[in-house]
Amino acid sequence: MGVLTEDQKNRIRAYIPKYPRKQAVTLPALHLVHDELRTVPNEAIVEIAELLDLHPSEVQDTMTFYAFFKGEGQKNGATRLWVCRGLACMLRGAYELIEHCEHKLGVHCGETTADGRITLEFAECIGACDGAPACLKEDVHVMDVTPEKADQLIEELRAK
Amino acid sequence: MPYEPVLLARIGKPDSAKLEGYRADGGYATAERAVKEMKPEQVVTQVKDSGLRGRGGAGFPCGLKWTFLPKDHPGPIYLCVNADESEPCTYNNRILMEKDPHQVLEGIMLACFAIKSKKAFFYIRYEYGDAFRAVQGAVDDLYAAGLLGTNIFGSGFDLDVVVHRGAGAYICGEETGLIESLEGKRAWPRIKPPFPAIEGAFRKPTIVNNVETLSCVTQIMRRGIDWFKSLGVPPDPANPRDAGSYGPKLYTLAGHVNKPVCVELPMGVTLRELVEVHGGGVWKGRKAKAVNPGGLSMGYVDVNAPLKGADGKTEYDIPLDFNGPGKVGCLGLGTAAVTVIDDQTSMVDVLHNTCQFFAHESCGQCTPCREGTGWMLKITDRLRRGLGRKEDLDILIEVGDRIGIMPGTTICGLADGAGWPVKTAVRKFRAEFEAAIKSGEKSKYAKSLAMAH
Repeated sequence: MGVLTEDQKNRIRAYIPKYPRKQAVTLPALHLVHDELRTVPNEAIVEIAELLDLHPSEVQDTMTFYAFFKGEGQKNGATRLWVCRGLACMLRGAYELIEHCEHKLGVHCGETTADGRITLEFAECIGACDGAPACLKEDVHVMDVTPEKADQLIEELRAK
Repeated sequence: MPYEPVLLARIGKPDSAKLEGYRADGGYATAERAVKEMKPEQVVTQVKDSGLRGRGGAGFPCGLKWTFLPKDHPGPIYLCVNADESEPCTYNNRILMEKDPHQVLEGIMLACFAIKSKKAFFYIRYEYGDAFRAVQGAVDDLYAAGLLGTNIFGSGFDLDVVVHRGAGAYICGEETGLIESLEGKRAWPRIKPPFPAIEGAFRKPTIVNNVETLSCVTQIMRRGIDWFKSLGVPPDPANPRDAGSYGPKLYTLAGHVNKPVCVELPMGVTLRELVEVHGGGVWKGRKAKAVNPGGLSMGYVDVNAPLKGADGKTEYDIPLDFNGPGKVGCLGLGTAAVTVIDDQTSMVDVLHNTCQFFAHESCGQCTPCREGTGWMLKITDRLRRGLGRKEDLDILIEVGDRIGIMPGTTICGLADGAGWPVKTAVRKFRAEFEAAIKSGEKSKYAKSLAMAH
């Protein structure tokens, strides 16, 4: 018994022929699992390692380098909402926006709402400076985020 | 006569990302001609002779980089496309990928033909989800149309493009960090030499090129060397090492401007013209105080400081070519991402934000960078809490001076880029920092616990 379904394993296997070495599939595999399970439990690390002929510690080593991934004991909500705190966004109100979102959601950055809907995070520059202050909804840019727009976005994510 | 954009010519057209539209505009005809009628070496020579310098930040001559590959190598040779555009306030690669991915992909085709590579890895930062989907869609369309895979254009040329997503780490934009990340490891930059051209991805010869650079390759092969050299700034005759600043450049504007937009202009526009004309001036009727001329790592320009040797001009009048920002103590042109800071903004807050970024993004491999960026953040945090000490400013400059590849204490340039904004801000705005220390005034942001990370 494992945590990954056969379908997930097959989709990970499908990446292997694209690269000269299996280890290169580490990030694609971590993304796949993390996206669908909202975390990468230790058991999944072992299973990814088996698929890629690696030691679990090698997968763990790579994963923990990227603060992006949540490991055993941590879990993302249904949607990750990142507020950019890069300079371009800071100059146009990002700090105020982060504070606004924290109050609205009742969580600090890095935490998930009690209903499990939204994980609030800050991001370093997300390259959406032409729409500062900007947010990232999962991996989609939301530009020119006023407090009103943030409230609306949060309502949408709660109802989703 | 206003400049007519070339790299951005198709942006804004309906379905600009679609293959049919790109082909209707003459797309892939250049690649087809090159692959069928030219030798790889001729493509290398054309790009080299155009004087194209890398657009990713360092400005290394692109064609010259290609010639560093070992001669008659049996292969495989790889191309890595650096689309980990993470330098703060930079977004031109994103626009190219989202709106005109085929222009980039044609450049990839030409580059791979030139360097005899059959495989390109397109490394896109995770935060660019829409760009990833646009590029992946474009790649899928090319396979379906027989323009990727084997025997492209019936010429015997084979090419596969693999789109690979990053995971939110600035260091992956450093070319060997990118390679390590692609290989499935921690993105720790490698000690050079060997440079990637000798031993890169999967221990094979590898060229790493930026998205905008590859778009320029498409246009240079289509329009010729003379077109490219008709734009920009020729080499400075007083500097035998200057390779010139030819061609168009995508400048991105951000911060306190009325119009934060990406504009394409011949290299060498002045900072003043870019902000005041193309950016519509500083917002809210205010005046600019400082400008970051090329991404955070490049440091700060004091727009009111007189420009040495130029009567009546200030640092605001520097040209944005590969040499301009260096003349006022900045690290270089960088990514040509221009961020404007108005006269109501505290430089203490700006510098704290800068240090916060580098402390967060230092990969931790080299102690001077890992610890130095942390110290600089702690000190600037102290400053903004009104607890600054009079020796803090000198410590900041000293730390900034001692971390990086220039003083020789780190493996990659991240630390140079972390130190530069600190040194330039403290030197150019010293009076403001000293006044903040003396008054003990707290920044309006110092209360925020959200920023305590």
